[in-house]
Amino acid sequence: MTAAVVVSGVLKRFGTTTALDGISCEIQAGELFGFIGPDGAGKTTLFRILATLLVPDRGTATVLGQDVVRGMWPLRSRIGYMAGRFSLYGDLSVEENLRFFASVFGTTLEQEHERIAPIYSQLEPFKDRRAAALSGGMKQKLALCCALVHRPELLLLDEPTTGVDAVSRREFWDLLGELTRGGLTTVVSTPYMDEADRCDRVALIQSGTLLAVDTPDAIARSFDRPLLGIRTSRHYQILQAVREYGHTHSVYPFGESLHYTDARQHAPADQIALELQTFLESQGIRDAQIAPIAASVEDTFMARMGATGAERPLSQ
Amino acid sequence: MTAGLAIETRDLERRFGRFVAVDRITFDVREGEVFGFLGANGAGKTTAIRMLTGLLAPSGGQARVAGHDVYTESEIIKRQIGYMSQRFSLYEDLTVVENIQLYGGIYDLSNAQIRERTDAMLSQLGLTGAAREYVRAIPLGWRQKLAFSVALLHQPRIVFLDEPTSGVDPITRRQFWELIYAAAARGTTVFVTTHYMDEAEYCDRVSIMVAGRIGAIGTPAELKQQFGAATMDDVFVALARPAAETAGSGAAP
Repeated sequence: MTAAVVVSGVLKRFGTTTALDGISCEIQAGELFGFIGPDGAGKTTLFRILATLLVPDRGTATVLGQDVVRGMWPLRSRIGYMAGRFSLYGDLSVEENLRFFASVFGTTLEQEHERIAPIYSQLEPFKDRRAAALSGGMKQKLALCCALVHRPELLLLDEPTTGVDAVSRREFWDLLGELTRGGLTTVVSTPYMDEADRCDRVALIQSGTLLAVDTPDAIARSFDRPLLGIRTSRHYQILQAVREYGHTHSVYPFGESLHYTDARQHAPADQIALELQTFLESQGIRDAQIAPIAASVEDTFMARMGATGAERPLSQ
Repeated sequence: MTAGLAIETRDLERRFGRFVAVDRITFDVREGEVFGFLGANGAGKTTAIRMLTGLLAPSGGQARVAGHDVYTESEIIKRQIGYMSQRFSLYEDLTVVENIQLYGGIYDLSNAQIRERTDAMLSQLGLTGAAREYVRAIPLGWRQKLAFSVALLHQPRIVFLDEPTSGVDPITRRQFWELIYAAAARGTTVFVTTHYMDEAEYCDRVSIMVAGRIGAIGTPAELKQQFGAATMDDVFVALARPAAETAGSGAAP
């Protein structure tokens, strides 16, 4: 495999804020690669550097074999970049936006029709509608079309699913899956941890550093303690009760259950579950179902965040 | 107003020209409830929230919020509710304390009340040391927790939260929900929208808007049973998928 992107010790500061703190990673050609992390983690800064829009203070980044600083001009026509904020022309129609972006890159909508047809066919019924009047999901599909219209070798999509509803998010990821199967290298960022599973490999990013780079499966499996799920209808009450338990390492709400880890890192999960059950019963809670479960990417993210320091107020 | 209800709507409707953004919705929210208001982009959530917060007059139907009529008492409603959104909540160029003072002033709190509640809020959030920092300088997660507390400063009976945890890190997102639970435990009604389907599980009841109507309403357990789904994500997709085939003309003019 050849590397489509090589990031090596990239550091970027804005005033006193360190947006990227010397990060390194490689993305292989043909991969669907995700940078997963919250707002303020450094995702957008990294994407702007890869898109040749920002220059790193230190370190280097190579995209498609070219340095992002020295190779800026030739690179721009080889990559498709979709910015995090909606950056199309709201007063132009769907079709006008596409024609504009095609012409900027010296091509035409007609020439490229086949390439974008799988996505554009969903937009075509609304081709005369102003872009500003599209729903969130449709806006993102149009932006994706505009990023694809000049046949880039690499796609950089910065938070394409943020603020988009769960159904449109699934559809958008389905499209990305199809594009990658067609051989296009795609780099995506997202704050939604559950989207990690749609990627071949992911980097977990927080406060300008990478917490992990691997397949979603390997990241989930790297969780280094027994994890228990507590199924209950009384989240808040049980959460508070478990906090008072002497052996608690962490307890977090996770959808319909609570996820619990024990301070005794190497104790068997079954024994931990039994003791926790006994404790909850002593607190008058008899309807909690406790069982060992497999960790998710989000569990790992939180565990590693905890290790390096979650967002804390300035006073602490 | 029916006793024990924070919000009641009957056939509430809003049209923009020929487009029906909210199509005669009828639902109640009980006092002290954490109510999740879900729906696809363009399903009409924002229009419904603007009517319930007194910002937009309905085209038809009835609604009472905190016991007051949305047509004739919208100014009273605005004083009895709190509101926070992901996009805008605090002034970044003001300090933490200045933001609290500003909102306290807007809601007619006395200087003594503002001082007392500021101290209590900052110590509860662990932000006492950051009181004189500009809001833009504090981490996003803490900004969101502060914004929530500021929305509760005037002790409203209902607080509307519009995607309050969007983009927030996973630990802070959970801490935020504990603030929600704590507010509900004190009797505040919480009306919240989110795109995180795990958060739908944390609500007492959830409604899902589909193409301007309430497509389903109930406890998370009831909805999962009704749709034979394992998770709220599956419920949402089962309901919203057919409606998502359009371009979502729901974008209000």
